[in-house]
Amino acid sequence: MEMWYTEEQTNNVRFSIRCDKQKYSAQSDYQRIEIFSTPEFGDVLVLDDRIMLTQKDEFIYHEMITHVPMAVNPDIKRVLVIGAGDGGTVRELVKYKTIEKIDMVEIDRMVVDACKEFLPTVACKLDEPRVHVYIDDGLRFVRKVENEYDLIIVDSTDPFGPGEGLFTTEFYGNCFKALTAEGILVNQHESPFYNGYAKAMKQAHRKILQFFPFCKVYQAHIPTYPSGHWLFGFASKKFHPTNDLDEGRWNRLSIDTDYYNTRLHKGAFALPTYVTKQLREGEITE
Amino acid sequence: MKLDQSRAPVFEALKQYRENRIVSFDVPGHKQGKGNPELTEFLGQQCMSVDVNSMKPLDNLCHPVSVIKEAEELMADAFGAEHAFFMVNGTSSSVQAMVMSVCKRGDKIIMPRNVHRSSINALIVCGAVPVYVNPGVNKQLGIPLGMSVESVKRAIKLNPDAKAIIVNNPTYYGVCSNLREIVKVAHEAGMKVLVDEAHGTHFYFGDYMPLSAMSVGADMSAVSMHKTGGSLTQSSALLLGKGISEGYVRQIINLTQTTSASYLLMSSLDISRKNLALNGRRIFERVTELASYGIKEINKLGGLYAFSRELINGDDIFDFDPTKISVHTRDIGLAGIEVYDILRDRYDIQIEFGDIGNILAIVSVGDKVLKIERLISALYEVKRLYSKDSAGMLDHEYIEPVVMCSPQDAFYAKKKQLPLRETLGKICAEFVMCYPPGIPILAPGELITKDAIEYITYAKAKGCNLTGAEDINTEKINIMI
Repeated sequence: MEMWYTEEQTNNVRFSIRCDKQKYSAQSDYQRIEIFSTPEFGDVLVLDDRIMLTQKDEFIYHEMITHVPMAVNPDIKRVLVIGAGDGGTVRELVKYKTIEKIDMVEIDRMVVDACKEFLPTVACKLDEPRVHVYIDDGLRFVRKVENEYDLIIVDSTDPFGPGEGLFTTEFYGNCFKALTAEGILVNQHESPFYNGYAKAMKQAHRKILQFFPFCKVYQAHIPTYPSGHWLFGFASKKFHPTNDLDEGRWNRLSIDTDYYNTRLHKGAFALPTYVTKQLREGEITE
Repeated sequence: MKLDQSRAPVFEALKQYRENRIVSFDVPGHKQGKGNPELTEFLGQQCMSVDVNSMKPLDNLCHPVSVIKEAEELMADAFGAEHAFFMVNGTSSSVQAMVMSVCKRGDKIIMPRNVHRSSINALIVCGAVPVYVNPGVNKQLGIPLGMSVESVKRAIKLNPDAKAIIVNNPTYYGVCSNLREIVKVAHEAGMKVLVDEAHGTHFYFGDYMPLSAMSVGADMSAVSMHKTGGSLTQSSALLLGKGISEGYVRQIINLTQTTSASYLLMSSLDISRKNLALNGRRIFERVTELASYGIKEINKLGGLYAFSRELINGDDIFDFDPTKISVHTRDIGLAGIEVYDILRDRYDIQIEFGDIGNILAIVSVGDKVLKIERLISALYEVKRLYSKDSAGMLDHEYIEPVVMCSPQDAFYAKKKQLPLRETLGKICAEFVMCYPPGIPILAPGELITKDAIEYITYAKAKGCNLTGAEDINTEKINIMI
């Protein structure tokens, strides 16, 4: 029997992966959670019919969402991670001995439990003593916090489901308030390629821009995400993401990575012209 | 409830109709949507295929004998009423039918002045004369409250010839009067009690809700199924208590009701009633939980005051609707309407209304905790980013009316337009109100006072949407000459 997982990346585009077997399937209060094992991509986590990660390419996403801000400011001590129930972002962060506290706020306990059981190479550091996992709505958590974190990483699903609140003006404003004067906000910033995602990307950029003096966008190539071309947002109260990068300092930390390096860091902020145009459109609407 | 509330006769008949694939040579001309492809694509084929006209298998709202009659009986059963009418022209039409069913030209009717415009509209049409009872006013919040039983008794004593009393249950902020006692004193004086329950549908289904009109023996009630009950906008129900002639009320309704009642609206009433009857208790328990969570969290912030049941005083705040999030905003230096505008323009959050000192968010059947969280978080941000000094802000919503003549006489009198600032001391010949909430600042026949002019000017400056006047910009006001 042949088994394929097919994702409708848009109404007109499909992406399929051959599966060996389904390892987990459940409906939580918030979403449908599925884990498949596949010959090409290893284990695949799917939430509400969207691929969240595959074992083969998750390193790209998780390295880019963590090491970019950490390289700009290696003095970061307190980190808040929102979403990220799979544990991949936390796995990268614990590589920094200097980080004192990592608070992770995930709305769906079932995602965390399923990943711990079925994706042990990803959700492998959630039990570290520096890591505190809170099961809560990220928006609710962050509005109660003031001047607390040096870095907030928003590792969310798309803005069309439980992740919706993490793409709102009130969320970004409350993040600004929760950050220290040196604070950095990094977020999963959708994709510029297909229209639906591009619209979410422009809106997110426009909303973040209201609060932070530095708002830049960087990119990575993630094969299993729609179009493969994915963006991250870098917003900061104090640091410019490339001008304030001290390459030597980060390299002396000897952090082990497979995608990220400081040369790529600088290149990642060099965006294609059509993306810069879209971002500028977002700015003008404001 | 005695009947089988899992039935929905209008809904079932429409499904049957659709399956029968009738060829139609009647109206509406779009013929199940085929004649209007763009509209059909927008609303959906399912929707267009049941936008049909009255016919034998689907009954006729003007004279119901089959499925609409059954659906109305189920509605009455669900609400504990003697009879229920499906209404398709908004709760405004229900309110007007109530007034016109008990009053004729020249009859007196007792009402609080903070009624919805639809009540006073009815007086313009039928010529009844209002006797206003001043509602209580909360000084801190500046809002009008319910009617105290004492003030109702006084009004009855001074006007023993009045035909009826109108009661808001609740007011748009959520305040309830002592309805049981008002019904008692009114009935002792031979007066009917008409209840505007535009915001009170859920009182009939939830536990721990304020008392509903039918449960305390009121004579008629207008319930806005679409506001908190889940039916389509503009659909409503008119409930009758004991001893009111169903046939006469239907005649009154048919004076102004369309003869082409929408089956979309009627099926939405039918299905919503079924849902409320079967699941209402659970739904409104959840809604109450969400609202009280919102209230608690907003109050933690300080500066914004989400007021609720702590205000209950046994009199003009006899009870309070626990599903409303009413927030006083003046202490952060912002008018309610300003917060309302910021929430919509900056945060993509649409709330029910903002007036001078308050905003109101309605929590209902369709809400989820993640959305409440957005409202709370946005309010946190509004306070952090936009709050100002509150000096010099207007501090009241209620202006005591000075009635000079009946609304009908004033509306149809010889009149002329004058610029607002030149109208001091004249008699107003039209409505002036902010919409929402649609409570008149001035009604036809009322003296234009300094207070009223100040309020209108202030409301305009803060961005309220002023309506009611012939001059669409409300720069000129019609006065009697």
